[in-house]
Amino acid sequence: MADENWKPKIIAIICNWCSYAGADLAGGARIQYPPDIRAIRVMCTGRVDPLFILKAFQDGADGVLVSGCHFGDCHYLEGNYKAAKRMFLLKSVLKNIGLDDKRLRMTFVSASEGAKWGTVMEDVVKTINELGPSPLKEFAR
Amino acid sequence: MAEVKKNEEPRIGVFVCHCGTNIAGSIDVKEVMEYARTLPNVIVADDYQYMCSTPGQNKIAEAIDEQKLTGVVVAACSPRLHEPTFRNATKAGGLNPFRFEMANIREQNSWVHMHQPEEATAKAKDAVRIAVAKASLLEDLVPKSVPVEKAAMVVGGGVGGMQAALDLANAGIKTYLVEKSPTIGGRMSQLDKTFPTLDCSQCILTPKMVDVYRNEGIELLTYTEVEQVEGYIGNFDVTLRKKARGVITPEEAEARGIVGGGCTGCGDCVDVCPVIKPNPFELGMAPRKAIYIYHPQVSPLIYTVDFDACVKCGLCVEACGDKKAVDLEMKDELMNVKVGTVVLATGYDIFPIEKKFEWGYKNYDNVITSLEFERLICASGPTGGHLVRPSDGETPKRVAFVLCAGSRDNTGVGKPYCSRFCCMYSLKHAHQIIEKIPGVVPYIFYMDIRSFGKMYEEFYYRIQDEGAKFIRGRVANILEDPVTKNLHVNAEDTLLGRPIDMEVDMVVLAAAVQPTAETEKTRRLFGVSCSQDGWLLEAHPKLNPCGTTTAGVYLAGVCQGPKDIPDTVAQAEGAASAASIPIHRGEVELEPYFAQCIEEKCAGCGLCVNLCPYSALSLVEKDGRTVMQVTEAKCKGCGTCGGFCPGGAIWMQHFATPQIVAQIDAFLLGGEQ
Ligand SMILES: Cc1cc2nc3c(=O)[nH]c(=O)nc-3n(C[C@H](O)[C@H](O)[C@H](O)COP(=O)(O)OP(=O)(O)OC[C@H]3O[C@@H](n4cnc5c(N)ncnc54)[C@H](O)[C@@H]3O)c2cc1C
Ligand code: SF4
Ligand code: SF4
Ligand code: FES
Repeated sequence: MADENWKPKIIAIICNWCSYAGADLAGGARIQYPPDIRAIRVMCTGRVDPLFILKAFQDGADGVLVSGCHFGDCHYLEGNYKAAKRMFLLKSVLKNIGLDDKRLRMTFVSASEGAKWGTVMEDVVKTINELGPSPLKEFAR
Repeated sequence: MAEVKKNEEPRIGVFVCHCGTNIAGSIDVKEVMEYARTLPNVIVADDYQYMCSTPGQNKIAEAIDEQKLTGVVVAACSPRLHEPTFRNATKAGGLNPFRFEMANIREQNSWVHMHQPEEATAKAKDAVRIAVAKASLLEDLVPKSVPVEKAAMVVGGGVGGMQAALDLANAGIKTYLVEKSPTIGGRMSQLDKTFPTLDCSQCILTPKMVDVYRNEGIELLTYTEVEQVEGYIGNFDVTLRKKARGVITPEEAEARGIVGGGCTGCGDCVDVCPVIKPNPFELGMAPRKAIYIYHPQVSPLIYTVDFDACVKCGLCVEACGDKKAVDLEMKDELMNVKVGTVVLATGYDIFPIEKKFEWGYKNYDNVITSLEFERLICASGPTGGHLVRPSDGETPKRVAFVLCAGSRDNTGVGKPYCSRFCCMYSLKHAHQIIEKIPGVVPYIFYMDIRSFGKMYEEFYYRIQDEGAKFIRGRVANILEDPVTKNLHVNAEDTLLGRPIDMEVDMVVLAAAVQPTAETEKTRRLFGVSCSQDGWLLEAHPKLNPCGTTTAGVYLAGVCQGPKDIPDTVAQAEGAASAASIPIHRGEVELEPYFAQCIEEKCAGCGLCVNLCPYSALSLVEKDGRTVMQVTEAKCKGCGTCGGFCPGGAIWMQHFATPQIVAQIDAFLLGGEQ
């Protein structure tokens, strides 16, 4: 299945206040990382409906990253706790439908952690490359 | 308002920015623009050197007008930088500003994939496609205006906080100045003289302290801490803890019906108090009683009981007599204040330099810190201004100053940053001993002297001329002669390229500064971020150094990063000015990212009600059904409720489920597969 030209399709849903700002900082510092991830900005990871993630996998995403503020730092107090809980549950759902739960990842990157954002990008791309194309891909569309 | 209205055909305009070569250097802008033209709903696509320039913005306005656009996409830098700019341009074209969507192809693309032009261009196309998908579903929104409380709060009463409070009050704004210690003044009141002018620190500070105390617009709350913060710009609801100080002011006495009573600052109580403790203001080098003031110039001049030390013998109560100022049963009190904006000016602490054990601080008697030096050289300090060796009380003749002690230290023990004022105050210290001790030689061990301010370099030359000796090299270790208590300073003189072992009578460590221990608590209370080194994080390092990412909260002084008094005062004036703007305008606009209930879908389960951290949701009866209702004034737009509602009954304005799903679909299903 894994054809030579396969490039991972990874989507990141990230919060405006910490991870998006951290990603911007990585840009300012010209930290270079793999170009395989596309980001969607939400105000807080609390906004991330499990449906979004299931939809992404259904659409053939090879990986999904949700990234927000560190615990205690959420701009809205506790959105990231609630998101983390949901992601945790969602991981078991993914396993049940036969997807490796490493395809879904939640990270915490603050507005000052540009370098960490770069590391997260490297790491996510590496993981998904190792896992190969999502088995759900053929059902997409 | 909450239903999905889609009776218009989306007509989207896409504008791709070159940003000089910032974007065009790694992304084929023309290709992205041509690609945009092929996307569904895109009516017009264009590119321009600098979209944020006036001609760039005009392109947007003109296209909206000519092409009757319903949505605008700009692919450029980060929305965190220019979203407001392009929203204004969209508005100028006659479209609702929330019909605008940005594709970040600079910070999160061209700058991070500089050597992969093909991949960067492909990623930019995806970003544009995702943005067009969202723009096609955007709706008109109206920002909500809320009134701003006509009062401000300053936290921290050092020179920065005092300046901010004075400026705010003098601008006609009622200002609460909250200081955790019994007096205002901060670190500056511990200093003897100030570089480069050498004016006496207390002499220039005391008038300011008096101004603060007398200013009718300032409500000075010393010995008070912030307990809890609720609300947002315009309407912060702050709970303060007034710690029991055991002594009442004349005003408080009057309120208690004690005529002519309250603390007059006479100090009669101190004479009789039997408990002796080290005085933290003198860094433990002088004693104080359990009832105390830090120093004679404190403001307010009210004594304080240290209840951890007090034995409740009651002698002070007796000594105070009819003034009845001492109340040993006093308890902490909570008070509530409402303010529109807040300035944080909580200052700094000294790095515990004993962690650099090779320099022997706390181990060797005659190794002291610069702040201890300030107290020892100060006429009102524990030695009456005579610099003496702690080991034997002798006047030192050879004094080594060790700069960058714990600063610019990448060993993991110290701090990587420059503490910024140590070079200058160490030059000042050299001058002070030359002035006071005939025949003394100051030896300054430095990495490089950073004399960056106005008249600072000149001051450096002056100290060189006065006879201070400069040795360029980091001190490797310091050893004590156990008999004489003299110290051997071992370093490499990097200019002469040889090791030196210098015997001196005293060593002064210019210890690094660090964020205070409570910084973490304070920043969480106010929802402010910190940088990696722990200092409070400004909204933008260059363009918004006084603001924070939390609207309505501003920064002044060293809490944002090391800076000397002139820079602290300047930043405080900036922060005060920024904090006064929303108050003077009288209202602020909140981004209308509110939750809305789609009542037909709402099952009235109430699960969302408990999720909202701001209690913005409630259940109400409507047409015989139970449905959720949003109180817009409380909703901050996090979307936590919207991310959860099992029935999809919550419409998050500007981040609605169909809009986000459209973005996901556009990325995964829309491009070349
Ligand atoms: C040895 C030494 C010598 C120096 N010499 C000079 C000099 O010659 N010239 C010069 O320009 N600069 C000098 N400086 C630097 C100077 O001390 C600072 O620039 C200045 O004190 C910064 O003022 P600030 O208001 O930011 O902080 P601070 O002076 O630290 O004041 C902060 C205040 O906030 C209070 N606070 C802290 N946390 C809270 C809280 N959570 N709630 C309520 N209150 C709180 C503190 O009690 C304190 O009163 C020297 C510094 C040192 C260490
Ligand atoms: S200000 Fe001078 S002494 Fe202080 S850390 Fe910077 S270079 Fe070192
Ligand atoms: S969006 Fe956030 S703040 Fe608004 S009602 Fe929902 S949970 Fe509460
Ligand atoms: S705002 Fe970043 S996770 Fe909530």
